[in-house]
Amino acid sequence: MSEVAPNIREANKRESVTGSSKGFDEVLVDVKNLKMHFPVTDGVFIPKVVAHVKAVDGVSFQVYRGETLGVVGESGCGKTTTGRCILQLEKPTEGEIIFYGEDITKYSPKEMIDVRKKIQVIFQDPYSSLNPRMKVGDIIAEPMHVHGIITDPVERRTRVHYLLNVCGLATAFADRYPHEMSGGQRQRVGIARALAMNPEFIICDEAVSALDVSIQAQVINLLEDLRDEFDLTYLFISHDLSVVRHICHRVAVMYLGNLVELADGDELFENPMHPYTKLLLDAVPIPDPEIEKTRAHAVIKGEIPSPINPPSGCVFHPRCPKMVDSCTKDIPQLREVKPGHWVACSEV
Amino acid sequence: MSKYIFKRVLLMIPTLIGAGVLVFFLMRLIPGDVCELRFAGTGLYVDQAQIDTCRSNLGIDRPMFVQFADFMIGFFTFNFGDSMWTGKPILFEIGLRFELSLQVAIMATFVAVIIAIPLGAISAIKQDTWLDYAVRTFAIAGIAIPSFWLGIMIILGLLIVTQQVTGIPWMPPIDYKPIWVDPAHNIAQLIWPAVATGYRYSAVATRMTRSALLEVLREDYIRTARAKGLIEKIVINRHALKNAMLPVVTIIGIEFAFLMGGLVVTEQVFNLNGIGKLFIESVQNHDYAMTEALVMLVVLIFVVTNFIIDLCYAWLDPRIRYS
Repeated sequence: MSEVAPNIREANKRESVTGSSKGFDEVLVDVKNLKMHFPVTDGVFIPKVVAHVKAVDGVSFQVYRGETLGVVGESGCGKTTTGRCILQLEKPTEGEIIFYGEDITKYSPKEMIDVRKKIQVIFQDPYSSLNPRMKVGDIIAEPMHVHGIITDPVERRTRVHYLLNVCGLATAFADRYPHEMSGGQRQRVGIARALAMNPEFIICDEAVSALDVSIQAQVINLLEDLRDEFDLTYLFISHDLSVVRHICHRVAVMYLGNLVELADGDELFENPMHPYTKLLLDAVPIPDPEIEKTRAHAVIKGEIPSPINPPSGCVFHPRCPKMVDSCTKDIPQLREVKPGHWVACSEV
Repeated sequence: MSKYIFKRVLLMIPTLIGAGVLVFFLMRLIPGDVCELRFAGTGLYVDQAQIDTCRSNLGIDRPMFVQFADFMIGFFTFNFGDSMWTGKPILFEIGLRFELSLQVAIMATFVAVIIAIPLGAISAIKQDTWLDYAVRTFAIAGIAIPSFWLGIMIILGLLIVTQQVTGIPWMPPIDYKPIWVDPAHNIAQLIWPAVATGYRYSAVATRMTRSALLEVLREDYIRTARAKGLIEKIVINRHALKNAMLPVVTIIGIEFAFLMGGLVVTEQVFNLNGIGKLFIESVQNHDYAMTEALVMLVVLIFVVTNFIIDLCYAWLDPRIRYS
C-alpha cells in the first residue's frame, strides 16, 4: 500500500519536480479534497434539511499553467459543479482551492473580485448566457469598466474591437444585440467577454456542446489559438470525448462526484484503466459503419445511482464488470499506476 | 417604427367602435329612461305628453340606429353633446372632474411604483427569508383589503391620531382646489385616496416585480454577470431589474387606466367629485349620453395606455421590433 498516494496532490508535486510529460510544471490551480453537498429540504413552513446531494464528493487535482485539463463524465457526475466551485459561484462545503498560494474558498466576495479578473468562464449556452438587453460591445466592455481596468471609453472601445477581431468577429458586431447573431457568433462573444479581463485561467463549461459540429471545430481551433497567443490555461469541461481528446493535454474522468482516472490525453484514450473509463470510451461510436456494425458493444449496466445516497465503498461498484467483494467496503484512492496515470480502482 | 405607430392607431378604431356598440346597446337594455325618471321619479301623476316632449327634445325617440350613428359620429368628432340630466355640455362636466381623477391616479401610481419596485426586488433577492415573507404578507393584504375600507380606516386613523396628539381632530379638506391654486391644500386632500388606492396597486406590482425578478435571476446571463466579477448591486440593477421590468410596466399601465375610471367607491369615501362619482350618478339618472361618453373615455384611456406600454416594450427590450 506504500505505493498508494494519500491524495493526488502529493503525487503531482513529485510530478511537478520531475515535470509532467508535456512539460508543464507550475501548478496554477490546486484543488484539494473539494466537496460540494447541496442540502435537500422538506417541509412547508419550517424547511428541514433531510439529505444532501453529494454533487462533488472529495475531488483533488491540479491544473498546470499553460495546459488544458479536460474533465469528462456523464450528466450529473459533478463536472460543472466542480467548475462553479472554482469560480466561487458556489461556496464549497469542504476542501480548498489554492490559487496563487491562497485558498480562495475563504475569500470574501470583495476579495473574490480580484480573483475573478484572473479566472474567467465560457458557458455552455450562448443563447441564454448573454444579457438580451445589452449590446455586444457593452457586454464585453462591462467588466473592464467595472473593474476599472480601462477607464477611458474610447480606449475601451478600441479594446472591444480588438477582442472581437481576435475572436474572429467583425468590429461592427459591437453595436449588435445578441439575438441578432448566430450561435457560433454568440459563443465567440462569450469568449471575447472572457478574454476582456486578460485572464490566466479560463473554465470552459461545455463551451462547444450547444454548437453544431462545423462551428464546434471553428470554436475549438479558436480556443487553441488563443491559448497559445495569450498563454491561457483551460479547464475544459465536456461530455464530448472526441472534442476533449483533440484539445486537452490531460484528462480527468469523473463519476458520481468522484475522480476515477486522470492521465495524459493520449494515454487515457489509448490505454484506459478504470473500468468506467473503458466503458465510457467504448460508448463512443466509430465513424465507420462497417466496424461499428461488427464491434462488440459493452454497455454500462444499470442507472447512475442517486448522489443523495451513493453506494458504499467504490461508488462505481454496482455497475462495475470487475467488481469484487472488497469494492463494496473499501473506498479506492487515486494511485499512480504508471508515471502520470492515476486510477482509483483496487483491481487495476 | 412610424409605420407601426400608424398601424396601431388605425387598429384603435375597431376597438373603440366595438366598445361603442356594447355600451350603447347595453345602456338601452336597462328598463326606463331619463325622461321617465325625471317626471315619474317624483311618484306623482305623469303626463305622457310631457314625457314624449322630453324624449323628442333629447332625441331618444328616434330609431335606435340613427341614435347610434349620431353617438359614434359625436365620439369621433369629440362632440358628445349635452348631459341629459343637467343639460350642460358633457365635456364641461367631465372637464370639471377629470383633473382631480387624473391627479389621484398619477399620485397613486407614484405611491405604487416607489413602494412596489424596491419591495418586490428585496423580496426576490431575499427569497424565503423573513423579509420575503413580510413583503409577501404586505402584498397579499394589499390585494385582499378593499381600498374603500382602507380609506375609511385612514380617515378614522387621522381623526384619532390628531385628536390624541394635538387635541383637535383633523380631517382632510373636502373641497377641491387645483394644485396650482393651493398645493398644500390640494395634497392634503388627495394624498389619502392616493395612498388608499396606491396600496392595492403597489401590492399587485410588488408581486409582479418579485416573480419577474425571480425568473430573471435564474437566467444564465445573470450567472455570466456574476462570473464577470460584477458586484451584486450592479448585477441586480443593471442586468436583472431591467430585464424584469417588462411585465411590471404592463401591470402599472393597466392599473393606471383602471384608476382613471374605477375609483367609484373610494371617491365616495373621501367625498371627491371625480370621474367615478360622475359615472355612478349618470347610471342612476339614466343619463345615457353621459354614461356612454364616460365609458368611451375610459376605453380610450385603456387603449392609449396599452399603446404607450407597447411602445415602452421596444425601449425596454431590444429584441422586440415592430414592423
